[in-house]
Amino acid sequence: MLKILKYSFYDLIRSRWSYVYFLFYLALGFVLLFLNNDVSKAVITLMNVIIVLIPLIGTIFGVMYYYNSREFTELLLAQPIKRSSIFMGQYFGVAGSLTLSLVLGLGIPFVLYGLMQSNAIFDFSLLLVTGAFLTFIFVGLSFVIAISNENKIKGFGYAVLLWLFLAVIYDGLFLMSLIVFEEYPLDKFSLVATILNPIDLSRILILLKLDISALLGYTGAIFKKFFGTNLGFLISLAILLLWSILPILGLRYKAGKKDF
Amino acid sequence: MTIEINNLHKQFGKNEVLKGVDLTIDKGNIYAVLGPNGSGKTTLIKSILGMVIPDKGKISVLNESIKKNWKYRKKIDYLPQIANFPPNIKVKELIGMIKDLRNSSSEEEELIDLFGLEPFLNKKLSTLSGGTKQKVNIVLTFMFDSPLIILDEPTTGLDPKALISLKELIQKEKTNGKTVLITSHIMQFVEEVADEIVYLLEGEIYFKGSIEKLLEQTEQANFEHAIAAITTGSHA
Repeated sequence: MLKILKYSFYDLIRSRWSYVYFLFYLALGFVLLFLNNDVSKAVITLMNVIIVLIPLIGTIFGVMYYYNSREFTELLLAQPIKRSSIFMGQYFGVAGSLTLSLVLGLGIPFVLYGLMQSNAIFDFSLLLVTGAFLTFIFVGLSFVIAISNENKIKGFGYAVLLWLFLAVIYDGLFLMSLIVFEEYPLDKFSLVATILNPIDLSRILILLKLDISALLGYTGAIFKKFFGTNLGFLISLAILLLWSILPILGLRYKAGKKDF
Repeated sequence: MTIEINNLHKQFGKNEVLKGVDLTIDKGNIYAVLGPNGSGKTTLIKSILGMVIPDKGKISVLNESIKKNWKYRKKIDYLPQIANFPPNIKVKELIGMIKDLRNSSSEEEELIDLFGLEPFLNKKLSTLSGGTKQKVNIVLTFMFDSPLIILDEPTTGLDPKALISLKELIQKEKTNGKTVLITSHIMQFVEEVADEIVYLLEGEIYFKGSIEKLLEQTEQANFEHAIAAITTGSHA
């Protein structure tokens, strides 16, 4: 598996898109710091961009990489390599290189600005950690979609639809259900609904760490009670981990059954 | 016995490609798997390689069951039908990569020399012509020393000189005691290299035996006509 990972990783690192992605974050980091002139504020703005963008980039990159490397995959399948190792290697190669672009692209401007001396270092690391989780989750989901669909256009469509659902439509449905059922106690429901969507979960996790939960009113207090404690924090991380593991298991299952 | 296949079934959707194939391939011979388009030749070969997962039936390669197994592929050199290579890497890098992945000794210099591939070593695979890609494909297949060699349409796009080299290469491997499995639509090529014919028709083995036996059975003087005669069933 490590050899496949190495080749996929190098292949991506050499590709133009990794640089574009890296430079984008680099530029974003510098611009935000320049405009906000404050690390904490920059982290909040960054969060809003990241939480939507990372899943989108992860999804598109994952699907594209899978379909583009089909020839290579077929070549590998005839070699004495375990099937699951081929797909795991490619998955970790893609997710790893995207995470590297993210961490370096954002890390460099913030460190240069003096992150190490500021007290936002914990918030910033949390941002990177959730960013990494989101990358792994969405690359994994897109791989599962791609392996289940021979047709590129269909695979691409489903993957983008999944992103749209989790990033936009889910929130809409969530808000609508809150309005429709406003006469009922909804704090438990909203807590669970938030946890079930990795994008929402990441957003809330960061927001609450940034101590702006007072803005969220009563529900915010309940969320604060849950996520603000160490236990809630650990549960959230555990759920993000679960979200990352599920696609991997799905990928292994699909890879074991597929004909090439 | 190099390969043993029992009651192999495979279905793609509603299309039943293999309907109970039984086949034994003995060591040290050159076998040609023939059959009309869509008769299941490639599916059979891909099942042996574990790329296609059979619905029913058992396959063992060199006395090892291939189910949930991957190590047996170390003993197989496979030449895929269409040389689909990653486009953005150089020929040299591809050879190095496959060597690294297989982790076994290889002799590629002699083969590169034989097919005149030196000028292409630093070119990207996407820039190569179909025939040159096929030569790279052949080098990748023959550079390892495995007891079983599977060639799916090896003659595609080759020029006459390369074709002669390929035939010599196959004969050399046979004298080394290796088993070779070939599919091809070029009957002249099959007649020249194969010891045994396996004829697949509609997912079943229709004929297995030597070329002489085939000629005798179909009462034809010429191999190409004999193959055509099997399909029409005139010998039955």
